[in-house]
Amino acid sequence: MDASSTIPSTRSTAPRRGRVRPGRRIADRSLRVACASATFVGALVLGSILVMLIVEGVRGFTPALFANPTPGPGSEGGGIANAILGSLVLTGIGIVIATPVGVMAGTFLAEYGRGSKLAALIRFLNDILLSAPSILIGLFVYTLMVRPMGTYSGWAGGVALAIIAVPVIVRTTEDMLRLVPGTLREAGAALGAPPSKVIMSVTWRAASAGIVTGIILALARIAGETAPLLFTALNNNSWFSPDLMGGVANLPVMIYQFALSPYPNWQGLAWAGALLITGSILALSIVARFVIKPQTAR
Amino acid sequence: MNAASAIPTVELNRNRAEESRPVRIAVKDLNFYYGSFHGLKDVSINFNDRQVTALIGPSGCGKSTLLRCFNRIYSLYPEQRAEGEILLDGENILASSVDLNDLRSRIGMVFQKPTPFPMSIYDNVAFGLRLYEKLPKAELDVRVEESLRKAALWDEVKDKLRQAGTGLSGGQQQRLCIARTVAQRPEVILFDEPTSALDPISTGRIEELIEQLRDEFTIVIVTHNMQQAARISQFTAFMYLGQLVEFGPTNRMFMNPAERRTQDYITGRFG
Amino acid sequence: MSALTETIALGRPRAAAARRGPSRNLDTLFRAGAYGAALLVLIVLAGILGSILYGGWPAFREFGFGFLTSSAWNVGTEQYGALVAVIGTVASAFLALLIGVPVSLGIAIFLTQLCPGWARRPVAMTIELLAAVPSIIYGMWGLFVFAPLFARFVQIPVSNVVEGLPIVGTLFYARVPSGVGVLTAGIILAIMIVPFIASIARDMLEQIPTVLRESAYGIGCTTWEVVRHVLVPQAAVSIIGAIMLGLGRALGETMAVTFVVGNANRLSASIFDPSSTIASRIANEFNEADGLQLNALMALGCILFVITFVVLIIARLLTRRVKAA
Repeated sequence: MDASSTIPSTRSTAPRRGRVRPGRRIADRSLRVACASATFVGALVLGSILVMLIVEGVRGFTPALFANPTPGPGSEGGGIANAILGSLVLTGIGIVIATPVGVMAGTFLAEYGRGSKLAALIRFLNDILLSAPSILIGLFVYTLMVRPMGTYSGWAGGVALAIIAVPVIVRTTEDMLRLVPGTLREAGAALGAPPSKVIMSVTWRAASAGIVTGIILALARIAGETAPLLFTALNNNSWFSPDLMGGVANLPVMIYQFALSPYPNWQGLAWAGALLITGSILALSIVARFVIKPQTAR
Repeated sequence: MNAASAIPTVELNRNRAEESRPVRIAVKDLNFYYGSFHGLKDVSINFNDRQVTALIGPSGCGKSTLLRCFNRIYSLYPEQRAEGEILLDGENILASSVDLNDLRSRIGMVFQKPTPFPMSIYDNVAFGLRLYEKLPKAELDVRVEESLRKAALWDEVKDKLRQAGTGLSGGQQQRLCIARTVAQRPEVILFDEPTSALDPISTGRIEELIEQLRDEFTIVIVTHNMQQAARISQFTAFMYLGQLVEFGPTNRMFMNPAERRTQDYITGRFG
Repeated sequence: MSALTETIALGRPRAAAARRGPSRNLDTLFRAGAYGAALLVLIVLAGILGSILYGGWPAFREFGFGFLTSSAWNVGTEQYGALVAVIGTVASAFLALLIGVPVSLGIAIFLTQLCPGWARRPVAMTIELLAAVPSIIYGMWGLFVFAPLFARFVQIPVSNVVEGLPIVGTLFYARVPSGVGVLTAGIILAIMIVPFIASIARDMLEQIPTVLRESAYGIGCTTWEVVRHVLVPQAAVSIIGAIMLGLGRALGETMAVTFVVGNANRLSASIFDPSSTIASRIANEFNEADGLQLNALMALGCILFVITFVVLIIARLLTRRVKAA
């Protein structure tokens, strides 16, 4: 140690009290370096993914990409317009189903289910559903809808996405409603408002920013989901019919099939789609963060 | 111990009406339980029409609990229950047949901390009105203005009725909550330490307001502040460990308490 | 309704006639709606289990317990066994934890203890955005960016060094150094679970009272010692819960793994060799499968259900217990 070397008389003594021994200092330094590098590696991966998507995908961003449907195997040209529209429709169906179910279930857990055993069970299972493998949800909807109906359909895809979105919305809704102070509920009840009125006009309103954030996060989660769509909406290289029966083109499955195909044109379209979908999802996640901010600041 | 010399110099409201008014709320043998904890023990007390009754006592004595029985707000929590009778104009409000929402529209409550709803100032006041009365827009406007005037808030907010109620200062928020309660034209108003979260100037305004509201409403107020009880109430009840120790006209309670425990409390010996 | 209101209104002196009660029916309806929506969560979970049990039952009946121990997967002879996929799933998830947990804890410690205040938000956001990147994008990154680099700078040199050595020569030898395989899948999975574990661990570390931290620094502890002796033991149970949660995700992850695991039905002792996981096999074969193969895939789904749900239940119990305490 530098400090002790200036005082020769104490040099040979054993580690003195009140000093940081070299071993401790080294352990401390290593921890700092290791933690900082772990964080750096995480940031590096994100950066590398973004660079990859931009380098490979930006070339494909032409007007034709948004105007034409996906081309057949080995043929040139085409775009991904049908897949973009299909993804919007499927995600839309998913979120339209999931929002009322999720918000109502979250409301039950937070407002009606305090202390009830059933609510505790549902809360627990919802947390498990939150991280359940999405491919199993695909198998479930396949058995529930695709097999009986005899065809892949956009509806099945939408339902599969809804099942993935519901637990996210349930969880955030419940958490946000729990943050609403009990006095606000009491004040509502003290005016003679029935519970449903207090919930709809007071509690939901007080928690609205948080609930909306939950819905946006669920949207971001299902927009990129691929596995549950493989067996439900599948994919299609043409415009889908308005009744959404049969395969419905969508970005994730299109990317999966085209990226692993041997055709350069398809691969190019996959990269463009990947850039588009990742950009949208990251943007949604960032938006969600700014929606929740005024809530926490209050 | 000389009782008279120990009395603190509280400014007593000399010209308060002590003539007897009809009984509005009669509590008979009320017991209250939080799960297995016995929060109120055999409380019996009467509250007179259009007078202010203050409930005082140390923390945890049951004064807020008693207050929360009058509009049965405690029934939001399944583990809490009350036994006995509370007669409002002769009708037992603890009976299971009572419509709670209707009861609460007749008995207003103002809480310890201001509880503005996350909506505009106007909608905050109109919220309770819309629940029970279907009024045309013009009449609703009149009622909202009337309520805000009664709560001495109108002049401060008349130009920003559409702004969020949460944007007001603490004292203004509390007066907004009073306006919201008054708008329903309740018969009784319960105040649960309404000024404990406010600065002295806001506190003064709320106290003046309570004085004025007495002409129209029967008022029960829980307070920690004995000077406040002395200033604004006609009757005072002292509670201790879930029991009603002493109840009587405020003047007498502060000048000449009958019970030793009351005297000790108001002279600041404990609590 | 109106009769009820009026009987109560009898004792009232003023304004009773103008009153109307809010609808009680709406209240009942709303409550029933909330109740029904909550029950739906339960029904869906039961439905998932029911549907794959129903679909997988013929395969279990055909092969019995042998389904678990057989490594066969032959469409031609209709012989199916789960062993390769189960081992692939468990091995890749285990490797993911081995790599991901230290990195996650490092990030959590960096964010809560070391990071300067101004950088905290952007750095935390960067890590959280990693969780938002879709699984399929990780698959593409793994296959097109990571795998070639991994083959060139890790697989080939390591294989050259260890060739012929006992144990490590088997474990780290790539017969075809293509960059894909179980270890690659493990690394990609590690990257995917890092943001989850890191964010839960960060929350746990932040919840530890400042007083505790300050008193440890106050007696002269270094950052390492504070972390090692005060923070980690305090948050240990919930951090283990977070790790189990990450494990649950790694076990069921589909698309990213399908890109980089190699999709071979081969039992190999080398973690550089291609293999399959349950999820990747279902994703690859389900659409073209029928008959017994379909049942066998469903049966694989059952096994995945059981493994992940046991892990997730343990994870939730661990994180729950801490919250309650």
